Amino acid sequence: MSAYSPEPKSPLGTEMTPAGVETPPRPNGPAAAAILAAGIGACALGLLTTLAQASRTVARLLTFSDAVGPLSGKTTIAVVIWLVAWALLSALWRGKDVRFERVWTATVILLALGLLGTFPPFYELFSPR
Amino acid sequence: MSLTEREAWTVIHGMVLGAIFLLAFAGGLAGLWSLRPEFLTPGGLRERIPRLEIGTLLMAIDAWLTVITGTWIVYPWYRAPVPDSPRSKILASEATRLWHTLGMEWKEHVGWLTPLLATAVAFVVFYYGPRLAYEPRVRQALLVLFTLAFITAGIAGLFGAFLNKVAPIT
Repeated sequence: MSAYSPEPKSPLGTEMTPAGVETPPRPNGPAAAAILAAGIGACALGLLTTLAQASRTVARLLTFSDAVGPLSGKTTIAVVIWLVAWALLSALWRGKDVRFERVWTATVILLALGLLGTFPPFYELFSPR
Repeated sequence: MSLTEREAWTVIHGMVLGAIFLLAFAGGLAGLWSLRPEFLTPGGLRERIPRLEIGTLLMAIDAWLTVITGTWIVYPWYRAPVPDSPRSKILASEATRLWHTLGMEWKEHVGWLTPLLATAVAFVVFYYGPRLAYEPRVRQALLVLFTLAFITAGIAGLFGAFLNKVAPIT
């Protein structure tokens, strides 16, 4: 997902739209960073949820609050991973255009993994016997 | 006509914050869907973009408040290790057990995807502003993320409503 010189995006990609409102083109890097970071955060939550189910040690380590249980650590760490990923990707892609299709494909895969990892019939497959 | 503190927080979490997100979705979806050059007039674009920006921002904030109140305030009452907590009551009977092992377990995790997705949507709407109308691929991606945020919030909200029927927090 390296930066590249984009093709012209549309014949309208100049200063003025037919609607008469000034809309200068903007590099898609910051938007791609936000979208991919959401996928990374979702995947992190799915992974942590499955790991906590598979290992009592992990579940105990993720219990930041006794009242909330392992959910406290799963969600806190997933949010931290999301924020760090967003910050790093934003710094990497600031002012740049990236191949949005690749970023989107990666995001869809990460979101699917996040949804799978947070689905009880899936993560219970990893419960210790 | 009164509510206990726990009932009041359950109402704030689900019937206020959660319901606002679900109800606002239709407006946000319509705004994103119809943000196309062929539909726009100068006045329409100037009127629509600030509404979309503020709407998606408020929805993202609302989603965060929903999961934070749910996880850190309401959930500890649900899972308290005492015989009369909702979790204990539900798990005590085979007839209701699945409400916890599927319903609550799914709800408590999948609901956290909503604020991540809603925040990404709000950021990109702010980042592009009126230009978003001329970025169809990005706009389509936002439609998917926004719809997924609604679906995950809907799963959490639906199970929350059912669980509160099966074993209410009082």
